[in-house]
Formats: sequence, C-alpha cells, structure tokens
Amino acid sequence: MAQRYYTETHEWIDLEGDIATIGITDFAQAQLGDVVFLELPPTGKTLAKGDAFGVVESVKAASDLYAPVAGTVLEVNKALTDSPESVNQDPYGAGWLMRVRVEGDVGSGLLDEAGYRAVSEQAH
Amino acid sequence: MKHAPEPLSFEKSRSGVAPPRLPEAGVPSRATVPDHHRRRRAPELPRLSEPELLRHYSRLAALNFSISEHFYPLGSCTMKYNPVANEEAARLPGFAQLHPYQEEASIQGALELMWRLEQALCAIVGVDRVTLQPAAGAHGEWTALRMIQAFFESRGEERPEVIVPDSAHGTNPASAAMCGFSVVQVRSGADGRVDVADLHSKLSARTAALMLTNPNTLGLFEKEILAMAAAVHAVGAKLYYDGANLNALMGICRPGDMGFDAVHLNLHKTFTTPHGGGGPGAGPVGVKVDLAPFLPRPTVEAEGGGYRFDFDRPLSIGRVRSFYGNFGMLVRAYAYILAMGSDGLAQASQDAVLAANYLRKRVEHLLHLPYAGYCMHEFVASAGRVADGRVRALDIAKGLLERGIHAPTVYFPLIVPEALMIEPTETESKATLDTFVETLVEIVELANSDPAALRGEPRSLPISRLDEVAAARQPVLRWSPTLDSGENAAADRSSPQGAPRQPQAVPAPTA
Repeated sequence: MAQRYYTETHEWIDLEGDIATIGITDFAQAQLGDVVFLELPPTGKTLAKGDAFGVVESVKAASDLYAPVAGTVLEVNKALTDSPESVNQDPYGAGWLMRVRVEGDVGSGLLDEAGYRAVSEQAH
Repeated sequence: MKHAPEPLSFEKSRSGVAPPRLPEAGVPSRATVPDHHRRRRAPELPRLSEPELLRHYSRLAALNFSISEHFYPLGSCTMKYNPVANEEAARLPGFAQLHPYQEEASIQGALELMWRLEQALCAIVGVDRVTLQPAAGAHGEWTALRMIQAFFESRGEERPEVIVPDSAHGTNPASAAMCGFSVVQVRSGADGRVDVADLHSKLSARTAALMLTNPNTLGLFEKEILAMAAAVHAVGAKLYYDGANLNALMGICRPGDMGFDAVHLNLHKTFTTPHGGGGPGAGPVGVKVDLAPFLPRPTVEAEGGGYRFDFDRPLSIGRVRSFYGNFGMLVRAYAYILAMGSDGLAQASQDAVLAANYLRKRVEHLLHLPYAGYCMHEFVASAGRVADGRVRALDIAKGLLERGIHAPTVYFPLIVPEALMIEPTETESKATLDTFVETLVEIVELANSDPAALRGEPRSLPISRLDEVAAARQPVLRWSPTLDSGENAAADRSSPQGAPRQPQAVPAPTA
C-alpha cells in the first residue's frame, strides 16, 4: 500500500518502497483551470529535492513543478501529451506526472493529508 | 453596434480582378539573389479593386477595440491618451523621410533629438546614460541584464542567478532565462511587498541582479527600497528597475536615487507613444556610470557643436536593434516630454495616482481588495467573492467589453486569485471613471441575479466567447489560401490546386 504525502507547493507523492509517483493535487488543478500543456523531464534525469522539474500550463498561468523528493526519473506520463485534461479530470489517477526512484531519505517538508488540507484552506 | 466579422482579403479575392501591380524593385534582385532562393511564381496576393480594399481595411479598423474609442484600464500597460501633436511631430518630413544610411552631417537634427531625449530620460529616472535602441520593454529588460552580465564577465565574476519577486511581470523571469541566468524567486509578504527577510536569504555572491518594479504590480510602493538596494549592493549585485510602473513616479522620485543601477522605460506606456497592434514599442535602458561602457553601440555623442554616432566602444554588448531603434517613437516621446515639462510630468503622475485611488475607493464595495490602503497608479482587486463565486474575473472582463469598456488585466499578478488589475491613467476624466463604476455595478448586479446571462457575454461584439482551452491545446497556426486557377497556380506544380479553404490544425509543439 502506497503512502501518500503532499507538498506546500501542491504536489502529491505516493511512496511505495523507493518508488515515488508524483502529480499535482486536486486543489492545484482547480486553481489552475484547464491544463493545456505540460513540460516533463527526460527519463534518467537526476532531481534534487525542490528542483523545478517541469512546467504545467493552463489557460490562466504557467507554473513550475517542484520535485518533492530527490531521485532519478524512471518514467513520465506520456499520455498527457495528447490528453493534458487528465490532470484536471483525474489528478490522483490518470493525471499522474512521473515516477521517480527516490534517493536518500524522503526528508522533511512533506505533509500528511490533514497538514495539506490546512495549507490549501489557508490559500483560499 | 459593431460590424460582422470581416473575411480575410484572401477570402474576398476574385480571379476576375487584375493582380496588384508592384513597383519596380529598388535593388537589382537578379544580381544579388541566388537562383535557388528566387521564387518561381508571383506571390498569391489578393485580387481586389481599390475601393474594395479600402472598405476591407476600414471595416477592420472599425473592429478595433482601441484607446481612441474606449476607456482602457488595462493594468500594468498604462494605456494613456496618445496626443495627436506627437503624430504631427513624427510626420515632419525631416524625421519621417530620413534614410538610415544617410550621412551623419545630413541627420544632425535627428541625432540632436536622440541626444536631448537621452538627457531628458537621464534626468527623469536619475541615471548617467541611456540607450534608445531596445524595441520594447522586454527587449529593454534583456538588454539591461546582458549589460549586467557583461559587467561581471569583465571582472571575472561568475554570478549565475537573478532574483525576481513572485509578483513580478512575467517578462522578468523570461528575460533572465533568455539571458542565461537561473531565476530565484523571492516571496511577497502579507502586505503585498517584497519579504525583505526572504530577500536576504536569497542574496549571495552568486546573485547578479534583483529585478524589481516600484511601485510593484499590486500598485504598492516598495517602502523598504533603500534597505533592499543596500542589501543587493552589499553582496556586489546590481539592482534592476522594471519601468512598467514609472507612471506613478515621474517628477516625484527617481529610480536612480533609490539605488537602481539599470532602468528600462516603456515609451509606449509612460511617454504616450502608441502601443499599436503590439508595437512598435520603445524600451530605452538607462544605466549608472559603471555599466555605461557596456551600452549597445552606437551611442550618440555631442561634440564641437554637432552630434555623431560613437561606434568605438570596445566593451559594448553590441547592437541590439537594427539601425537606431524605433526612431518615430523617440520623436513622439520627446514631443510629449517637451509639451509637459518637468512640472507637467509630475502633475501627470499625481493625477494617475489620484485617479487610481478614486476608482479603488469607489469599487471597494463591489470587488474584494486583498491589500488595504492607498495604491499608486493602479490597484489589484479580486473577483473571487462576486456573486459568491458563481462568476469569474473573466466573466466580469467580458461584461465590460460588452458595455464598451476594455477589460482590465485579468489573472495577474498570480498571487491574487481571480485578479482584476485596474489602471485608469491620468488622461481620463472623472466622468469616464464614474461611467466605469456604474458599468461595474450593473455587471455585479447581473452576476448576482443571473450569472448564466453574464457568462454568455459578450453578445453584441463580432466575436463572442473564445474556446481558450481548444485554442491552447490545438492551436491553428496556419491559413492556406485557395490557389487561383490562373497562370500563377499552373506555374507551381508542387502545390495542390483547389486546396481547401479551411485552416489547418497544427498540433501544439512539444518541448
């Protein structure tokens, strides 16, 4: 069973062993509005925690995506090239962005569901 | 009531009309253009009679939503009146009919104007030298950052970072990235101004510059500017001024005195030259003396009672624009500065701030104002609470367009949800501002009583709601003319005849 965490920058992360699946939260997609374009990193890229790993662009704005953990990119969600709307429709499922092999500790700064709810309510 | 949408001139083209006759080329093209670059057939220009063509462009002009017809409170863009006298000055034959390759001796008046405009801009913003070359604000940003980069390169210092506030104009991080810097973001505090503690934590020996606009994009004066300038200079970095919001400060205080080292100005905002259809703009850049050796060349120098271009500037970053910038815009801006004088410019800024505060006060019961207190030349409101969230900022913007007022800037700055950024400028009367408020009252009432009706606007404009999502996901970037069946089409066997008139859908490029 994967363990889900969140970031203050509105990414979610599912941890299963040392494999992390990463996306943006339902709150984030609702704030962005219709997603029209995504820029995701190449497979094999090494990310430090907090690195901008990609860009999500909606009709309203373009926003950087920040790596919640350090690691190596194993896979990105190629289906999003043709159907970026999955990020809006199913942010925790078909709208996932990438899988990463986590390096080192997951580290501090990640939030549980209650902690993230507090952050997103404050942002309202 | 506006006209119906006007077809393209290509779509109105009729094969029975003779093709347009072009004047003889002024250069011997056969001698200079290699054979494989020469076209095989005449271009497919539309075939219309002269009255048809005149009506076509007159109708297109009537479709414009422009400052000459409408109030245009587009925040951050300073859509002020473009005086007709400026146009007369720019059309004087001695300016309008110059050729860029003329001898210096025959363009002394134009050089003098450039030199005097530089002196005036230096005095207004408090810098030592100004380049007039950049063709727009973002071009000015890039030019200034390139000079800062060259300055550090000349000293052997490696400084790869540029700091930009989270409320900055989007062009700031874009210009920094275009210049090869990595962008470091600094937070805004609860009062909407730069969080100075966060700035301290981001400044280091790796910092090349802090880019700042003052007043900032929320229309708030950065009160800690002197402390910020000191902090930036303490780590050896430069302070850059984004001049988009200079209209609040002319004749009152100067970026140079606040500690800014490089300043860009938008002549098409602050100095009344037209924005046109997105251009031509003019984005001069002013610098303090230690950056002056890196200015684009040529500069204009006064010497022995005359004026000359100076190309002998070995540390220059080079030319950033063909010839000498958008010269016609320089003439218009200089005419404006002379007409206003220093007292007039100060009065303009005071009136701009007064107009913005008048509007801010009058809309505070209609829209949510996330940052309390007086604003400078513009303010940012949120539409997030209008009709309990049943309408968006976009709906209010469209409602204004329907009622003959240009929409404010929406969804910017990013730190305010459902943002409406309103900048009335000093050139609008109280009556116009009152009409804006009355219109906004009407729209908010409609939002409350019948939000679906507001979401269906505009109804009387030639184009209603655009499908922004489809336009972004599947942009149509090409239009293919139907090839005429005449001799031109026959000459080009590689193109299919009778190609469909529909636009071709071209998928968005992927990175």
